[in-house]
Amino acid sequence: MTATSTRSARAARPVPSTGRAGRSGHRPRRWRFQPAWLFAAPSLVILLGFIVYPIVQSFRYSLYNWRIGAETQEWVGLANYAELLGDERFWNALYVTVIFSVVSVVAQLILGFAAASALQRDTWLNRIVRSVFFFPTIVALAIIGIVWRFMLDPSIGLIGGVTELVGAEPIPWLQDTSLALPAVIAVSVWKNVGFTMIILLAGLKGVPEHLYEAARLDGARGWQLIRHVTLPSIRPTLLFATMIMTINSLQVFDLVYVMTNGGPLFATDTLVTMMFREGFENFNLGYASTIAWVLFAIIMALSAFQLRIFRYQDVD
Amino acid sequence: MSTDLHVRRRPSPQKALTGTLKWVLLGVGIVVALVPFVWMVTGSFRTEADLFGAPASLLPEQWSLHGYRGIWEELPFMRLVMNSFIFAGVTTALCLVFDSMFAYALARIKFRGSTLCFWLVIATLMVPFQVTLIPVFVELFHLGWLDTYHGLIIPRATSAFGIFMLRQFFISIPRELDEAARIDGAGHLRIYWQIILPLAKPALATLAVLHFMNLWNDLLWPLIVTSSTEMRTLPAALTLFGGQHVNDHAVLLAGATLSLLPLALAFFLAQRYFVAGVATTGLK
Repeated sequence: MTATSTRSARAARPVPSTGRAGRSGHRPRRWRFQPAWLFAAPSLVILLGFIVYPIVQSFRYSLYNWRIGAETQEWVGLANYAELLGDERFWNALYVTVIFSVVSVVAQLILGFAAASALQRDTWLNRIVRSVFFFPTIVALAIIGIVWRFMLDPSIGLIGGVTELVGAEPIPWLQDTSLALPAVIAVSVWKNVGFTMIILLAGLKGVPEHLYEAARLDGARGWQLIRHVTLPSIRPTLLFATMIMTINSLQVFDLVYVMTNGGPLFATDTLVTMMFREGFENFNLGYASTIAWVLFAIIMALSAFQLRIFRYQDVD
Repeated sequence: MSTDLHVRRRPSPQKALTGTLKWVLLGVGIVVALVPFVWMVTGSFRTEADLFGAPASLLPEQWSLHGYRGIWEELPFMRLVMNSFIFAGVTTALCLVFDSMFAYALARIKFRGSTLCFWLVIATLMVPFQVTLIPVFVELFHLGWLDTYHGLIIPRATSAFGIFMLRQFFISIPRELDEAARIDGAGHLRIYWQIILPLAKPALATLAVLHFMNLWNDLLWPLIVTSSTEMRTLPAALTLFGGQHVNDHAVLLAGATLSLLPLALAFFLAQRYFVAGVATTGLK
C-alpha cells in the first residue's frame, strides 16, 4: 500500500488501519502485506480455480482424446476439431441453435416491445398485468418444461384437449420432427417475454416526452411515432437486449433437455445438449470440450461485436 | 399503444376502438401467461383417468391428493427441498460475503494488481458457464467433491457479475464516510462491515434475490455434480424422475407445484427485488 498510495492524493493523511503510521517511502518495489488481498482472496481463489483454470483446461482437453481418470491421455492435436467439422450432428446442432436463437429473439423483441409500450404508464392495473407477464421469468425452466411437455401431450394435455374441442385431431407436437423445434421455441418465448418487456420498459421510460410532442406537432401519428421517435430513441436498449438474449439463447439447455432431450431424431438437439450428451453420457470429454470451445468462440465473437457497437454508441 | 401517452383525453370512437383492442390482446396475453400455472396446480389434484378423460378441462372432476402422496413416497421429497434450500441459501450467502469483500477491495483499497483483478472479473463475466463445465466436473472428480454439498456450493460461491455490480455500487458511496471513520481509527474490516455494507443493503438485497432465484432454478449444475437421489436439488430430481417413468402425471405436477411455491411466495412479497435483479442482469 505504501508504495502506490503515496502517489495518490488521498494518502496525504497516514493510514492508521495498517498499523504503520511511520511510512517508509523509499524501497517502493518491496512486496508488503496488503490487506486488499485478504478481501480479494476467497473470490479470487474461486474465480481462478473454477473459471480461469477450467477455461484453459477446456482448451487442453479439446486437443486430447481425454478420458476421466486415465493414466495417460492420448494427444490428438486438432483432430477433434477436424472431426467436429465433418460431424453432421454438430452442423445439425449448430443449425438448431441458430434457428432457436434467431426466431426466439425476434419474437421476444416484438412481443416484449408491444407489451412494454401497452403497459408503459404506471397505473395500478398496468402494474398488475406487468407482474403477470413477468411471472414466468422467475420459474425454473425445469418446471416450465415439465408442465408444457404435459400440456402439449396429445392424450392428456390441455392443448390437445382444446384442439379436440375445435373438432381436429390432437397434434403430437413434441413427437413430430418438424413441430418439436417450433413448440420448444414458443415455450421459450412464452417464458422470456416478461424479461424483454422489463428491459424495454426501462428504455421507453427514458424517451423524453418533448420528442413525442415535437413529432405530433409535425403531424406524426400512431405507427409513425413508434417508427420515428420511439425506436430510434431506444436503440441502445434494443441492441443491448438483443445481445443479452442472443447470448443466453445460444446456451439453451434446460428447456430442451426437459421437454425433448434433443429429440425426436435430433430435431431439437442444440450445441449444449450435444455437449452434455458427449461429455456426461458418452464421456468423450475431449470432443465435448471441442464443442464447448466452438460455442465459446461464437459467443466471444458476438461479445466483441457488441463492444464495437457500444463504442459507436459512445461516439454518436 | 404508446400514442395515447399524456394526450388530453378526447374519447374519439377510433381511440375507444384501439383501447378496446389493446385490452382484448392484453387479456389474451394474461390468459396465455397464467393458464399453464393454473393447469399445473389443478392437474396435480387430478387422477390419470380424469386427465385422459377430459383433457380440455381446467378443473378436476374430483380433487384427489394422490399426486402429493405419490411425490412423497416415490422421492425423498423433504430431503430434496432441504438440498435445494442448502444449495441456494448457503451459496447465496457466501456469494454475498465474498463478492462484497472483493468489491470492497476493488472500490476502496489501492493495491498493486487491482487493475489486473478488475480485468479478471470483467473477463470471467463474459465466459459462458457451459464452457467450464467439463473441466470443473473433472476437477471435482479429482478433488472427490462430486455428489457432496461443498462440491455443489463452493465453485458457485462467487460471481463475477456480483463483484462487478457491487463494485459499481460501492464506488457511488461517498468516500467522506470512510475517511471520517478512518480518522476515528477504524480499519478496513470495520469500514467494510459497519459503513459500506449497511449502505449497500438495497444492492445486496437485489443481488441476493437474483442469486437465490438462479440457484434454486438451476438444472445443469446440480445435474452434473450430484449422482445420488439423496443429493439432488428439486429441479434435477424432478427432471430425472420425469424422464424415467411417467405413469402418473399428477405426481410430477405436484412436485412442480411444490417446488415453485417458495419462489412464488417470495415473488408476491418482494416483487420489486425480482424485477430489479432481473433487469440488472441486462444492464451490467
